[in-house]
Amino acid sequence: MKSKTLFDRIWDSHVVSTIENGPEILYIDRHLIHEVTSPQAFHGLKSRKTGVLRPERTVATPDHNVPTADQHLPISDELSRYQVAKLEKNCKEHNITMYGLNHPFHGIVHVIGPELGLTQPGMTIVCGDSHTSTHGAFGSVAFGIGTSEVEMVLATQCVMQPKPKTMRITVDGEIGAGVTAKDIILYIISQLTTSGGTGYFVEYAGSAIRNLSMEARMTICNMSIEMGARGGLIAPDEITFEYIMGREYAPKGEDFKNAVEKWKKLRTDDDAEFDKEYTFKAENIEPMITFGTNPGMGMSIDSEVPALEMIEPENRDSFLKSQKYMGIEPGTSLLGKKIDYVFVGSCTNGRIEDLRMFTAFVKGKVKSADVTVWIVPGSKQVENQAREEGLIDILTESGFQFRQPGCSACLAMNDDKVPEGKYSVSTSNRNFEGRQGPGARTMLVSPVTAAAAAITGKISDPRDFLAK
Amino acid sequence: MAKEKFISEESGCIPLNIENVDTDQIIPARFLKATTRDGFGENLFRDWRYDRKNEPVKEFVLNRPEVKGKILVTGKNFGSGSSREHAAWAIYDYGFRVVVSSFFADIFKNNALNNGLLPVQVSQDFLEKLFVLLEDDKTTRVKVDLEEQTISVPSTGMNQHFGISSYKKECMLNGYDDIDYLLNIKDEVLDFEKRRSLW
Ligand code: SF4
Repeated sequence: MKSKTLFDRIWDSHVVSTIENGPEILYIDRHLIHEVTSPQAFHGLKSRKTGVLRPERTVATPDHNVPTADQHLPISDELSRYQVAKLEKNCKEHNITMYGLNHPFHGIVHVIGPELGLTQPGMTIVCGDSHTSTHGAFGSVAFGIGTSEVEMVLATQCVMQPKPKTMRITVDGEIGAGVTAKDIILYIISQLTTSGGTGYFVEYAGSAIRNLSMEARMTICNMSIEMGARGGLIAPDEITFEYIMGREYAPKGEDFKNAVEKWKKLRTDDDAEFDKEYTFKAENIEPMITFGTNPGMGMSIDSEVPALEMIEPENRDSFLKSQKYMGIEPGTSLLGKKIDYVFVGSCTNGRIEDLRMFTAFVKGKVKSADVTVWIVPGSKQVENQAREEGLIDILTESGFQFRQPGCSACLAMNDDKVPEGKYSVSTSNRNFEGRQGPGARTMLVSPVTAAAAAITGKISDPRDFLAK
Repeated sequence: MAKEKFISEESGCIPLNIENVDTDQIIPARFLKATTRDGFGENLFRDWRYDRKNEPVKEFVLNRPEVKGKILVTGKNFGSGSSREHAAWAIYDYGFRVVVSSFFADIFKNNALNNGLLPVQVSQDFLEKLFVLLEDDKTTRVKVDLEEQTISVPSTGMNQHFGISSYKKECMLNGYDDIDYLLNIKDEVLDFEKRRSLW
């Protein structure tokens, strides 16, 4: 048999048929939906007079548009309330399980999927959201789709997609103190640019990736889309199986053992070839921060924003536009720069380990009086666990407030908006113009670097604190 | 559901000479609260089109009355970021039928094709020349012929071939959509469910 990459292995086994000179028809095992990109799809079903083929394969949760305070009250924004109610109605009508506000399983769609064991190795997983790539951390083929495709999956449990090319990104070695999975992925994107992965599906490999926890692997796969890739995945191993065991939707008992035996076969053959390969050394990765208006514009926190001369002539206009928006001079250092907001949360860094990292850093220190800090758990389960572990108490003692789960300031659809011109140090995944509110200036970092900023009120190198 | 057919289009162009235009710029998240597909054109490029007081930004190309057309010409890596199909709906709803760039983000390209909006990928060189022409003469017309898969500037004779999968081409020419296709082969899907084996 021809040798295969892990991606090929999963993809090929899900192909229902192939259209000549066209896309492949891919069967979808798990479909996640949320309130923003699904209403038009349900509407489409109605106009076609068709129903949902496999409602048990779809799970819903409202996350993008929900308030992160007073979730026990009716949503005050009329349009948001309507959108969430619409999701509930559509799910009821079509027998789809939905975990709504205040349900113990509610949360950001990409946080609850893994947490509930809905995400399993070898599956094809889609959602009307580009960060569906998160689920690739379990060795699944997971990618974001548009609303027309949401409708396709509801109606037929399939999507039509051209098969992407394969890329392997290997990170070998050990990361240093103060460096996290977020820094690894920001580093990779800064090297590949925001379009370097377009047309590809990425497999992350190497000792630095193997050594990461499941949550850290999710942070890496989550941002695959930020380099343009369709998705990213990591071969499952003992760390994966242990994470899945015992979760709500995970196979139980004997079934679990059998599943693990099958999951163990999910790897890239030694002699399989990728269309493209990159290798990086973990030792070269330092705490990262972005200085521009796309996630590829990142650098080590202690280095300088590139000077104009270092930018290719044809890219200078875009670069200057971006630096003007950010109010950052080319060629300068960001260390010591005053900031206004800190956002800890999102499907990139809103899981329990992220909150542990942040809390461990700020413990015994005091929040800077000059910054507003939003700490938003990725899910109700994360919120409850943070409470049980005493994290919320520690944070309160240091002057921080804890909010309720949702996407929040990651995309600023709800009230959590950064005001115009203000600087926000954020653990989310996108620093596009206006992403956190019209005119907001976002700098992407890890939870540890966010903690250093929350304490000092300035861009600070977290390693300066670790040494002391 | 049948979509509007796309055969060819000849019109003026709107040049947006910016690279890496992401979907948050095309349609900011705060306008995604609607539950229908209509009306997103109103907020297309909202934060570039209007200032914070909601006054139109005079210099922005969509606000310049002398620039008209159904073809949007943009810098490379157009449509990166979020998977929101609202971006394609907004561009279509505003009145565009074609987007020309030297590079498109994957999900955007798919979304556009699923909504009767034709993404035409040209070489960087062709794109730069086109921007120069449009800079010199705002009324320069461009012709996009899907049957022939060509984009040309009739006044200068400049032209280029562009790629599209033959399946998608058929869909666009005939106004078919993928869901119709899939619903027609539902038996194959049911059969797959029975016969599927593991990886
Ligand atoms: S947290 Fe942000 S990136 Fe993740 S699903 Fe929500 S809006 Fe998208």
